[in-house]
Amino acid sequence: MNIRSILIAAGLSAALVAPAQARELLNVSYDPTRELYREYNQLFVKHWAQETGEKITIRQSHGGAGSQARAVIDGLEADLVTLALAYDIDAISERTQLFPENWQSRLPLNSAPYTSTIVLLVRKGNPKNIRDWDDLVRPGVEVITPNPKTSGGARWNYLAAWGYALNQHDNDEDKAYDFVRRLYANVPVLDSGARGATNTFVQRRLGDVFIAWENEAILAIEELGKGEYEIVVPSISILAEPPVTVVDGNAERKGNLDLAKAYLEYLYSPAAQDVIGRHYYRPSGDAAKAKYADQYPDVDLFTIDEVFGGWQAAQNTHFNDGGVFDRILEDNLTRQRK
Amino acid sequence: MAFRFRQHSVLPGFGLTLGFTVFYLSLLLLLPVAALLFYTLQMPWADFWATVSHPQVVESYKLSFGASLIGALINLVFGALVAWVLVRYDFPGRRVVDALVDLPFAMPTAVAGIALVTLYASTGWIGRYIDAFGVRIAYTQLGVIVALTYIGLPFVVRTVQPVLRDMAPELEEASAIMGASRFTTLRRVVLPTLLPALLTGFAMAFARAVGEYGSVVFISGNIPYTTEITPLLIVAKAEQYDYRGAAAIGTVMLLAAFALLLMINALQWWSTRRHTQR
Repeated sequence: MNIRSILIAAGLSAALVAPAQARELLNVSYDPTRELYREYNQLFVKHWAQETGEKITIRQSHGGAGSQARAVIDGLEADLVTLALAYDIDAISERTQLFPENWQSRLPLNSAPYTSTIVLLVRKGNPKNIRDWDDLVRPGVEVITPNPKTSGGARWNYLAAWGYALNQHDNDEDKAYDFVRRLYANVPVLDSGARGATNTFVQRRLGDVFIAWENEAILAIEELGKGEYEIVVPSISILAEPPVTVVDGNAERKGNLDLAKAYLEYLYSPAAQDVIGRHYYRPSGDAAKAKYADQYPDVDLFTIDEVFGGWQAAQNTHFNDGGVFDRILEDNLTRQRK
Repeated sequence: MAFRFRQHSVLPGFGLTLGFTVFYLSLLLLLPVAALLFYTLQMPWADFWATVSHPQVVESYKLSFGASLIGALINLVFGALVAWVLVRYDFPGRRVVDALVDLPFAMPTAVAGIALVTLYASTGWIGRYIDAFGVRIAYTQLGVIVALTYIGLPFVVRTVQPVLRDMAPELEEASAIMGASRFTTLRRVVLPTLLPALLTGFAMAFARAVGEYGSVVFISGNIPYTTEITPLLIVAKAEQYDYRGAAAIGTVMLLAAFALLLMINALQWWSTRRHTQR
């Protein structure tokens, strides 16, 4: 073998080996964050290269929050998860023991670097004059919201309405039940997911008001037709906190623990917060907050911990089989048949 | 005569191929089904029964099996008609129509579901005219039937087509020469020959429809007790991490589908025997 062929061989093997050595981070997220993380990944890769000189790649996986959590439970090697609700991350922790139960206290702000809230989307000119949650239970108003049994986003909608009713009626649970029951009596279609419900409202033109995450509502207006829809911000709503955490067990095995931690911590940096504001989530950083203030009107926001005692409790009481939501459906059915 | 495993054939390798078949089927079919049953067996009987007999679940069985049955029956009639036209007549564009029949196989079911609801919703191209008569398709049980008919069509057409093609025209000619009317020929000569294929197509269309999820969830509206299909309930259980509950309902569907397929197979066997022994 002559020198030249050795050099070529060495060059070839270096070319083959080098990309495999670049560390690869897998972020398992839910549907509406696709664009947000695409932009954030570029930002972080650049930041990491500047700090350490290391080139990394980041892969993202999107889908319904519940099915994404199940994928991680069943062995998808996520280094970190960024999901729509803490309940799904709790489920991963509980079933895999890949990271501790107190994961939500490991990062600032309940591990939620960005938040959102639930708003009401109505058609141009607001023909049914929807001003607040109360208008959703009026007879003759059709409400579009997905099924809380199959959609994590829909659970936020439901809890937002429940929290409003509690607030209006001095924490009277029976009155809150009746309010939410009347709201669901006005729902003609229960789509299985949030994007399906958006289609029903926008493309099928079904319903008078669409209960949506704020970022989805702004997106619907920006992408699907300016001037065709209006956002109605209710007087009170829920603080939606999509949390993030490192899946320690997976990241450690892949030698990515430091990287995964840095990835999530950098989400709180001013640069990242700006990206977040641009993608219609509510930033938590002061600079971004001020910059995007027009986009996010002031709403009285309550948290799930304050009103429902956390996700586990809310899930058990309201959404699990035999829970309050099931009772509401049965109740409405019997009333309808009378 | 004793049963002989080893038949002398011109083609060797029975042992090897059978071994492969059993292994392959175990991996792809038997193991997943076993896992499903295993999950279910971990449940106490009372829990199992409470899960599968809940009124909401029972209503969904009625819809899933009922709409699948209606869809399969529609396909039985119109699928046979399509196959007949494609085999017996030559017309411009026949090959295109023939290729179109496979579309429900190839198209992602979710895309089909969204397309169907776009057409049949009250604002859709077709829906708005039907709506004028006070009939609503999208978000009703009718919509579920439409979706399940759509996905089942190729099964009947593709099973009947080859049989029809192989049927000797002489049979019909002989029947006509012997003085039978067209209807009698159809009833006593054509239909008995086609019956096994028709039943097979029907059974496959039915079985496919019972498990269908993607195309239905968009058009059904998913209202519990009225337009909620059983597969959606299984997804809802899984979404709550209630794997055993999901497996329990899955097992009931599996058993029901198995019983129905067995029945249809028996029917097919009986009809083949009846018409070949005479």
